Amino acid sequence: MMAGVVAILLILASVSAPLIAPSNPLDLASFNLADSEIPPVWAEGGDKRFLLGTDNQGRDMLSAILYGARVSILIGGGAVLLAALIGVCLGLLAGYLGGRTDAVIMRIGDIILSFPTILLALLVAGMARAVFPEAGNPRYVPFVLISAIAIHDWVQYARTVRAAAMVEGAKDYVKAARVIGLPPLRIMFRHILPNVMSPVLVIATINLAGAVLTEATLSFLGVGMPPTYPSLGTLIRIGNEFVFSGIWWIALFPALALVILVLAVNVIGDWLRDRFNPKLRVRQ
Amino acid sequence: MTVAPALEIKGLRVEYPREDGSVLVAVDDVSLSIAPGEIHAVVGESGAGKTTVANALIGLIEKPGRVTGGTMRIGGALLDPVTGRGDGVQLGRDIGVIFQDPMTSLNPLFTIESQLTETMRFHLGLGRMEARARALELLNAVGIPEPERRLTSFPHQLSGGQRQRVVIAAALSCNPKLLVADEPTTALDVSIQAQILDLIRNLARERGLGVMLVTHNMGVVAETAQSVTVMLRGRAVEQGPVAEVLGSPQHVYTRGLLAAVPRFDCRLARFAVVSDAGDGKAGAARRTIAARKPAALSDRSGPLLSVEGLTVDYRSRGWLPGSRGHGMRAVDDVSFSIARGEVLGLVGESGCGKTTVASVIAGLVKPTAGRVLYDGQPIAGKGASRLTRASSRQALQMIFQDPYASLNPRMRVGTILAEPVLFYRLAANKAEALDDAGLLLEAVGLERAQAERFPFAFSGGQRQRISIARALGARPRLLICDEPTSSLDVSVQAQLLNLIKDLSEATGLTLLLISHDLAVVRQMCDRVAVMQKGRIVEMNDSESLFSAPSHAYTHELLSLVPRIDRIAANT
Repeated sequence: MMAGVVAILLILASVSAPLIAPSNPLDLASFNLADSEIPPVWAEGGDKRFLLGTDNQGRDMLSAILYGARVSILIGGGAVLLAALIGVCLGLLAGYLGGRTDAVIMRIGDIILSFPTILLALLVAGMARAVFPEAGNPRYVPFVLISAIAIHDWVQYARTVRAAAMVEGAKDYVKAARVIGLPPLRIMFRHILPNVMSPVLVIATINLAGAVLTEATLSFLGVGMPPTYPSLGTLIRIGNEFVFSGIWWIALFPALALVILVLAVNVIGDWLRDRFNPKLRVRQ
Repeated sequence: MTVAPALEIKGLRVEYPREDGSVLVAVDDVSLSIAPGEIHAVVGESGAGKTTVANALIGLIEKPGRVTGGTMRIGGALLDPVTGRGDGVQLGRDIGVIFQDPMTSLNPLFTIESQLTETMRFHLGLGRMEARARALELLNAVGIPEPERRLTSFPHQLSGGQRQRVVIAAALSCNPKLLVADEPTTALDVSIQAQILDLIRNLARERGLGVMLVTHNMGVVAETAQSVTVMLRGRAVEQGPVAEVLGSPQHVYTRGLLAAVPRFDCRLARFAVVSDAGDGKAGAARRTIAARKPAALSDRSGPLLSVEGLTVDYRSRGWLPGSRGHGMRAVDDVSFSIARGEVLGLVGESGCGKTTVASVIAGLVKPTAGRVLYDGQPIAGKGASRLTRASSRQALQMIFQDPYASLNPRMRVGTILAEPVLFYRLAANKAEALDDAGLLLEAVGLERAQAERFPFAFSGGQRQRISIARALGARPRLLICDEPTSSLDVSVQAQLLNLIKDLSEATGLTLLLISHDLAVVRQMCDRVAVMQKGRIVEMNDSESLFSAPSHAYTHELLSLVPRIDRIAANT
């Protein structure tokens, strides 16, 4: 319950960031270098205008975190949706058709899984920049990041859906649909898909946390969102440079926001998993 | 002094508290007594509480259910209902248990020897060698060939009948006074069923063992038991010697139950059922459906469907692409034909290939050789094209065995029924298709309003009715029924078979009925084909086949069916 409330509050706060944030961190003209590196209000030298202090550019940390969380959730959610879409479709095809289709799809998945997530995402993001010079533009970076993360994550959906589709496909109601004469695509999406969706929902929530983290890692490594359009990961990277000079707040607060966000989403994922597991549900 | 009965139950009551605070009484005031050497059958339909009585005896009542009244005595010793133990009575030592499914009641990871000796070493404190010797003796007693070799086998290396023998051997290992057999032969073929029942009869006689036989098969009761308790909704409605209860039943329910059992000796127009759904509304709906034009048919005469030299091999895939794995011939050179309006029965034991034949006709499996002709056109095998297959699809519909798997759990019944109607453009739009779904529901004896519900809200018999309605929605010519009633109670089975008969007569349907139940086939079919190991060994019209079987296998099958009219030969 707590996790749900926290997650909803965080998501609401980030979505409505333009309304509640004290300043606009994207508007370079709105902040002043003279305000840079001001500690949080309660620390010595704090300023009432900047609740959580400012970064090296004089940007209000609270506003930056709210906007940053928005970017992180957008990319995480987008990556999960794209991965689920690809994974569910390929998993259904592999599980229902079987044979060669199955072998080809699953071997591609195995190859992809043998790359570490971050390495693969780095490759994709780097290649995107090499191929399309425009890919570095803040407007396109989110899409590059979403595809970079989804290209690795779809395999998990495909495997789960494939296994479930194989079980469902052998059941009599699917045979009945085949006897009626329905075409394979219609059987897959109308009959089998609704019966394999519950594990997908669960994986999606758990993966959302993972995708947010991957995005933060990529941004931390410098291939993610640029400092002018920061995500939580970008903010942590900026802060990282100042940690050893005693300016701890630039790194700490975005990191805390990230931890709370991921934790909340993970707990919701666990709850959903229990919820959709009939064995555990009966016991309650 | 008289010998204490092997089992004496007095006034047993088992309750399951519901969430809202009320209680469900699963077993209410049941008393029965079994003398040593006596086989006492407990019969009733699913939900009657017969398995609950057995579970109460062995302390297996699932929580939150509990025994709230009555006493149980094993050989005179009082039993604690919670633990299944009593003064000098121990579960596993004094009560042996046989479960329904021999495929799952042995642990697949242990050898037969370790499963047999475990109980003996635990309860009797026997040493390894002693236990082994006794295990051998037991395997001999239950008639397992080559017991020395079988001791080292794993369960998967044994057939279903052999596994059930091992389960019985394990149950007997500590010389129990009472054997509880919960549907011990339901999952087995008739020939194996006959052997197992024989074994139980002999063991009871030789060892003075009291047997409580839980079953729903009246034929099994008639041939095996000496006394019987008929249960209805948790109560024992009738009790007494088998000859009396089955010969001249006193209670209305017992009479209904006996009448619903498909008769083996003669063919009746309809099964006797207590209440038939064929009232005015259903009749009107059936007439509307019958008046429609079914899938197009040529004017050609000749059989509606013919199967020529059909052969199907199942091949497990090899380790490498292109390599060939082990082959298994499921169907071997099968030929038959079905005339228009005829009811053909296909019978045989499990694994004889009858379902594979149906799957080929329905287009679910591709044949290895041979072909299937529908209305003169090849639809499977040589000469079949996409076009000929597509044209026959609508005309060939199928009803499946398991009512719990044959309806999509995530779709409303109305949508399930409207789907084939819409797909074949038999209705102009969705509203009309849903209206048609309502009509189909009425025709199978359900309510129009039930179209809004999901499949889980229906009982097994009702689901099977929905399955039939779905098949009728495509307006077929030929209906393939694959064991349509084998998972249903006899009274529900009687209603469903009547329904299939009514519908096929009203709409002029041709039927292919697949069953392992010879009595059902006798009641339903004009012609019967008997299959054994993938081949048809005998095919004849139903009356001649049942009165004068020509093939040895048919003869054997017929003689093994448990029948009500053969009341306990051993009394």
